[in-house]
Amino acid sequence: MSTIFGIPAPALYGQILIGLINGSFYAMLSLGLAVIFGLLRVINFTHGAQYMLGAFAAYLLLTYAGIGYWPALVLAPLLVGVVAVLIERFMLRRLYGLDPLYGLLLTFGLALIFEGAFRHWFGAAGKPYAPPAQLTGALNLGFMFMPIYRGWVVVASLFVCLGTWLLIEKTRLGAYLRAATENATLVQAFGVNVPLLLTLTYGLGAALAALAGVLAAPIYQVSPLMGTNLIIIVFAVVVVGGMGSILGAIVTGYVLGVLEGLTKVFYPEASSIVIFVIMAIVLLVRPAGLFGREE
Amino acid sequence: MAVGTQYLAEQPRLRTPSLVFGAIALAALVAAPFFFYPVFLMSILCFALFACAFNLLIGYVGLLSFGHAAFFGGAAYFTAHAVKVWGWEPLAGILLGAVGAAAMGLVIGFLAIRRQGIYFAMITLALSQMFAFICLQAPFTHGEDGIQGVPRGHLLGLVDLNEPRAMYYLTLAIFLFGLFAIWRIVNSPFGNILKAIRENERRAVSLGYRVDRYKLGAFVMSAALAGLAGGTKAIVFQFATLTDVQWQMSGEVILMTLLGGIGTMIGPIVGAGLVIALQNYLASSQFPVTVLIGIIFVICVLLFRRGIVGEILELMKRRPKGTA
Repeated sequence: MSTIFGIPAPALYGQILIGLINGSFYAMLSLGLAVIFGLLRVINFTHGAQYMLGAFAAYLLLTYAGIGYWPALVLAPLLVGVVAVLIERFMLRRLYGLDPLYGLLLTFGLALIFEGAFRHWFGAAGKPYAPPAQLTGALNLGFMFMPIYRGWVVVASLFVCLGTWLLIEKTRLGAYLRAATENATLVQAFGVNVPLLLTLTYGLGAALAALAGVLAAPIYQVSPLMGTNLIIIVFAVVVVGGMGSILGAIVTGYVLGVLEGLTKVFYPEASSIVIFVIMAIVLLVRPAGLFGREE
Repeated sequence: MAVGTQYLAEQPRLRTPSLVFGAIALAALVAAPFFFYPVFLMSILCFALFACAFNLLIGYVGLLSFGHAAFFGGAAYFTAHAVKVWGWEPLAGILLGAVGAAAMGLVIGFLAIRRQGIYFAMITLALSQMFAFICLQAPFTHGEDGIQGVPRGHLLGLVDLNEPRAMYYLTLAIFLFGLFAIWRIVNSPFGNILKAIRENERRAVSLGYRVDRYKLGAFVMSAALAGLAGGTKAIVFQFATLTDVQWQMSGEVILMTLLGGIGTMIGPIVGAGLVIALQNYLASSQFPVTVLIGIIFVICVLLFRRGIVGEILELMKRRPKGTA
């Protein structure tokens, strides 16, 4: 059996794959956070809960309505997006213009409500969610076996990230969004409905989190706590990348995921803290983040 | 603009009404264990001190730390370990907890003050989560079990702390000491510079103050006082567990301060009392505590950002104009 640095090659590839998958979720979630923060100046602590709600929506649709994975991939983000639009419309909107910390505290409270309610109803234990029949089984890549679903998650998340990036950089709506990020008052003076834009942005960000949740459901178990523990790591990812650039958030997400996977191979004890350590180093060397700009 | 700005223009000195109020409150605290369950009271005192320590940072420097559980829970581990494994005297153990928390505050604060505002909150949260992971794996914390059966021992080898009232009065003394320390810090020249930084950081820099050093100093003091509260809690409850280092605890202390009134001297104490009483009350019911905490958060942020004490102070400020 071939070895690399004394580690059996299949184990190494396996951990890199797991790293890529974790990185996919880091990338999708930090992307949503960056988009919301860019325009609303709110750090969306509910992001983790919205990811969890996406996974639960898929699970509940399957269990109670018999609606499978593929429709859930559309329905769950839609449902969570609608809830998010209501949150923005009736709560977040009242906090614009105040210290951004209030937005963080409000969304933290909402995250506690969602998490607590779902733990009350469904218990803390994870629930299994089977991947769709088309994506079961494994693929022989020559150097390793890859479960098809895991490959699908990596590819799908790349498409989601690329799609969001294109939406923001290349479309008219994206141009409005970027312009409003720079100067909302001026854009409104040109006749763009900025309040609506804010609502849609928050809905879109939350829907992205929910989509990540549906993708995650067959890999991790569906549990009320899956979101908040993840979102804290994503915060670290965001600090490392800086929230100035969409592309930066995506790249940082994947890279940190893979680094975490590699740590699991070479020094497993540190794997749960490696991202935080990297964050500390980045803060020492480049406080604004790798792709950030100091405000 | 900092969170506490609009309702904290100046910190009044002790005046007669405050002294009268303080004397009544002190008498009530001394008499309390004869009327209420001492462990419940001690729990409130520990969390009240924790919330006051947290408030020192958000209320007077404008820094929102989302990682104060690391200092509170970390100190609980240090104290529990020193007392149980090394057989230290309880007060020395509590002091070690505070010193340990201050050292952690130095490291975490040094990293966190490199960014401002919302990033500061995220960095403290991430670093405290890292500490929670370390506590989960380090051998001396005993993972999920925590450190159980910490002996209360004898204070200075003399007073038996297994006697509930003796333990209560020690806790009260530590609480009052911590409160006095905070009052002294806030009303010192150092405290005035902190408030200047909160109001306008750039201006403080242009006046020649090394803002980073003041922020770090305040952060370490806040961490040490949170550690004092955490160490005391470890002796009172005779255990230290992962619950105290996790992010939920950081959230709870934010809620206590927000509910009572950010930037007020007694707001965090009122908030801590209410939250602990509520948790105690709900423990026997079916209603999930987390949900209620979340709801209070949302209501506070949307409807009364000054907190209970802050709103009352605001009303008292307005009334003389109306009646005159």
